[in-house]
Amino acid sequence: MSSAPLTSEGMPQTPGHIVSYPRFLVRALMLATDGSLLFYTWMIALTLIFLVGANAWANQVVDGMIVTNMTDHVSWGLYIANFTFMVGVAAGGVMMVIPAYLYRDKRMHDVVLLGEMLAIAAIVMCLLFVVVDMGRPDRSWHIIPIIGRFNFPISMLTWDVIVLNGYLLLNLHICGYLLYMRFLGRTPNPTWYMPFVFLSIAWAISIHTVTAFLYCGLGGRPLWNTALLAPRFLTSAFIAGPAFIIVSMFVLRSLRVPIGDGPIHTLVKIVRITVLINLLMLASEIFTEFYTGGAHTSSARYLYLGLHGANALVPWIWTAIVFNVIGAILFLHPASMRKRGLVITACVLVFVGCWIEKGMGLIVPGFIPSTLHEIVEYMPSLTEWKVTVGIWALGLMIYTIAIKIAAPIMMGNVSLLEHGRKGE
Amino acid sequence: MVEPSEPRRSISLPVLGSVSRRTAVKGIGATLGAAAFATAISPLRKLQGEISAEELMQRHYKELSPEDKAQVINRLENETKERFGADVTIDDPRPIPGTKFVYAINLSVCNGNGKCVEACHKENNHDRDTNQSYIRVLEMQKGTMDMEQANTTYDHTVPAEDKFYMPVQCQQCDEPPCTDACPVEATWKEDDGIVVVDYNWCIGCRYCEAACPYHARRFNWKKPNVPAAEINPDQGYLSNRIRPQGVVEKCHYCLHRTRKGRLPACLEACPTGARVFGNILDPESEIRWILENKRVYVLKEELGTKPSFFYYFDS
Repeated sequence: MSSAPLTSEGMPQTPGHIVSYPRFLVRALMLATDGSLLFYTWMIALTLIFLVGANAWANQVVDGMIVTNMTDHVSWGLYIANFTFMVGVAAGGVMMVIPAYLYRDKRMHDVVLLGEMLAIAAIVMCLLFVVVDMGRPDRSWHIIPIIGRFNFPISMLTWDVIVLNGYLLLNLHICGYLLYMRFLGRTPNPTWYMPFVFLSIAWAISIHTVTAFLYCGLGGRPLWNTALLAPRFLTSAFIAGPAFIIVSMFVLRSLRVPIGDGPIHTLVKIVRITVLINLLMLASEIFTEFYTGGAHTSSARYLYLGLHGANALVPWIWTAIVFNVIGAILFLHPASMRKRGLVITACVLVFVGCWIEKGMGLIVPGFIPSTLHEIVEYMPSLTEWKVTVGIWALGLMIYTIAIKIAAPIMMGNVSLLEHGRKGE
Repeated sequence: MVEPSEPRRSISLPVLGSVSRRTAVKGIGATLGAAAFATAISPLRKLQGEISAEELMQRHYKELSPEDKAQVINRLENETKERFGADVTIDDPRPIPGTKFVYAINLSVCNGNGKCVEACHKENNHDRDTNQSYIRVLEMQKGTMDMEQANTTYDHTVPAEDKFYMPVQCQQCDEPPCTDACPVEATWKEDDGIVVVDYNWCIGCRYCEAACPYHARRFNWKKPNVPAAEINPDQGYLSNRIRPQGVVEKCHYCLHRTRKGRLPACLEACPTGARVFGNILDPESEIRWILENKRVYVLKEELGTKPSFFYYFDS
């Protein structure tokens, strides 16, 4: 950190990092815990939901995964469904990073941290969804390279461990560095973050590609064994991520955080494209499955139409399709640039649509019929719902706290100067 | 969320003696939160005594010295006595050099009586509550090899008209997708062709279960329940010892028997003589004769898994 920082005029002698960084952390902690009644209510509610999830998980560890509704036939369920979806949300934040840094969109640049912080919260959720799906969380250390035995590069799961943790670290560094510099009142030094920003763009693509490879590399599961899986994953990620960010921008606006129309419009324009590509890929998959027919397509038949009287997922997938189609129409309507209610509705529809399509609508039917063509259906148990909602609550807490810290610092309301002045 | 105009208190660090009321309330809140979290996860305390420190720290099978292994086995035998009330002997027979085990089933002879399924259940100390077994028998429609038209839950007199029967268990593939999938090398293929699991290393992610095209793997969704009197005391570390909760298991060609010159339990139990097991590297073996003279096939050959498990018809 020896490069000469650009200092604003009249700035007093700043203390070294050894003093100012702890001050930054303390200030961040205060920002994270100070707030309005609304803030406390929101956080306490999320904490309570999280505690219910934590308790359900603890019971699951003790009693065994028999408390889930998974079986040897459908051996992954709601947890891995949510894991897959959240990897997409994490990658989706990159749709802010690209305009902000590659196209130098100044207004997007001002709010780009929202995307990067969403990535942090989403990746933490992903890691938790994997942990709660493990039969032996006490043996988690077996997957740590060197200490355990890391089956790299053969097992795609080890690739996922690397890319997900790498993406978490990249975003923590970028967010942390930018905020700290802003706190010091300095212009960030590009050498310290731009290489990481460009790396994070490629890395965002990699996390979802590798996650798709987890599934499409399995020859015994015809529904997943398609080259279209990774592109589909990325496309729906670039719907769900921006949709979530658009809604959170409107929420922040209503809380008097100044967010202009520019970034929202850019994201709406992006979703207008991705939502259509996603529908095109869906049509392509459906055509291939149904025009071809045969035993390899029985999972798709089960999913969309039901198979031999088993049809638990049919309402789910058609809900997803209807939501995605209506969402696409709303996004394409010119009013989506003006009417807040309309664009929020569109965002919610496509977000839920992608969650079903990529979660319950993809992971579960991959197992039905089983590899010996037995049909055993699956619907999540109460424990699975509790644990899942608990992790979502924790993710929202992380996102809230991150914004709570970042917003005042980025708006220049909180800085070392102010801190030093008042502290005298 | 942001209160731009609210004046900040003049506290830079929470120094004792100048703690504001708000900081104190926050401290109480944090304490309450931590206490609530501790209560929420308190069921985990029940695991004390279930998972010993030695088990928690145990290294991978391939990293255990002979002394380590003896210690681990001794611990497992004691735990079986404590928890299941049975005296058992856990052995760890290694592959016999020059041996590659292969299985074949004569589908013209198999009549779907399910004795193999039952024998596997007993031999391998499977959970009694879920009636687990490594073998599933498919009742197939004559005239088709389409498994979609098969039935695994038949309970009528066998053999039924127009049906034939196809038992499926681990195919001990030469290119096993399951061992590739495992992120921690808890499952691997041994020199005699048997794919095994270190039940004390598996993390229970079930990626192998998703990867297997033959539904050969089973997960221990709960702690197995086997009455002491029914426990098979002749056990192997990599085979039929009672599995812990939360790990994956699979057919191991009864290695605790076959590596000592005995036949798999499913073969011994078969009343029809449909099952043939042996060393493919032995030119004089019966299995070798069958592979050379019968028109054998493997399941899902197109997947490239190269099973060590063959099927054939006599007539």
